[in-house]
Amino acid sequence: MTLLTLRGVACLRGGRLLFEGLDLMLAPGEAALVGGPNGVGKSSLLRVAAGLLRAAAGTVERGEAALADEHLALDERQLLAKALAFWAADPAPGIAAMGLARLAEVPVRMLSTGQRKRAALARVIASGTPLWLLDEPGNGLDTDGLARLEAAMAAHRAAGGAILAATHQPLALPDARRVTLQ
Amino acid sequence: MSGLILRELRLALAGGAAALPLVFFLLVATLFPFAIGPDTALLARTGGGALWTAALLAALLPVDRLVEPDRAAGILDQLHLKGFGEETIAAAKLLGHWLSFGPPLMLAALPAAALMKLPGETLLRLEIGLAIGTPGLAALSVGVAAMTAGLRRSGALAGLLLLPLAVPLLIFGAGYLERGNDSGALQLLGAVSLLLVAGAPFAAGAALRAGRD
Repeated sequence: MTLLTLRGVACLRGGRLLFEGLDLMLAPGEAALVGGPNGVGKSSLLRVAAGLLRAAAGTVERGEAALADEHLALDERQLLAKALAFWAADPAPGIAAMGLARLAEVPVRMLSTGQRKRAALARVIASGTPLWLLDEPGNGLDTDGLARLEAAMAAHRAAGGAILAATHQPLALPDARRVTLQ
Repeated sequence: MSGLILRELRLALAGGAAALPLVFFLLVATLFPFAIGPDTALLARTGGGALWTAALLAALLPVDRLVEPDRAAGILDQLHLKGFGEETIAAAKLLGHWLSFGPPLMLAALPAAALMKLPGETLLRLEIGLAIGTPGLAALSVGVAAMTAGLRRSGALAGLLLLPLAVPLLIFGAGYLERGNDSGALQLLGAVSLLLVAGAPFAAGAALRAGRD
């Protein structure tokens, strides 16, 4: 059983071919790191995998997935715990995993850049979905945040989840498949 | 789905966003007698139509907050990932928006009608017309909001898109005020409103999908 299957996927953006013929399979416990220079299509690949962009060619199969990209997708006026609760029945695991307990009763609009990134990751962690799609998950995180992210990713894989992450930063994902776009 | 509708209501009530169209509506009702003068008979004859025009213009005000903030914040993306169809999202927005727009507007029509010195019968027809017409107006607001989400200076474009489409609501709504139900205006108002309500989720859903690329 695979959680994500990409077969011969190509992506066109604005009439430009970003990549083609991409094959990728993620089984439970597996992870893949998408690398490559800026503008090469890392985020587009994640959006294709999420079903938000149509692949110009090839097929995408996946079950439930959660996406963390540059958009926080939480209501700015709400308290963090409430805003997270819109997406997950129980946001507590995400809040605990990303060390946000102190901020749970703070309105989302008051959060700093790094705290917003933590909140987006907490949303993914709390979602309970088997496949995580993470776009530059380490951006804006401090050392503690990065350590928490890596611990959460390890725990997710140990529990039978899969991760597709796009990053240009070093990110500890042991035995992760490397997908380099160029 | 009910969660989505509740969220729309919450967003509408947060910070008094839902009050803006009502204040605008009442403001027009206040200004109109100043422009026309205190001639009660003239006001009573023209006031109802003016209120329908004000309702149309008031429907424009919430357009920029209905879809664009959700698109920009990535909430539409996340809803898609959660398995919500775009049509479902649009239908939830329509219902949530109408609840915060239609009934309050009907309430605001009471003081507005008093300012216009509308006779009781005209007021009743205005209220019936608004009850039937505001779902159509809310559908237009949501549809146009979805079509213009992500565009720059979408406010002016939204007006150009929405107002011509709302003309049938205005004609039949105001026609019912004038002639009562001999003219069949109420049935036509209902037909137009129903058409808009039925069509808007599909048009808005297609616009949301197209806007993702």
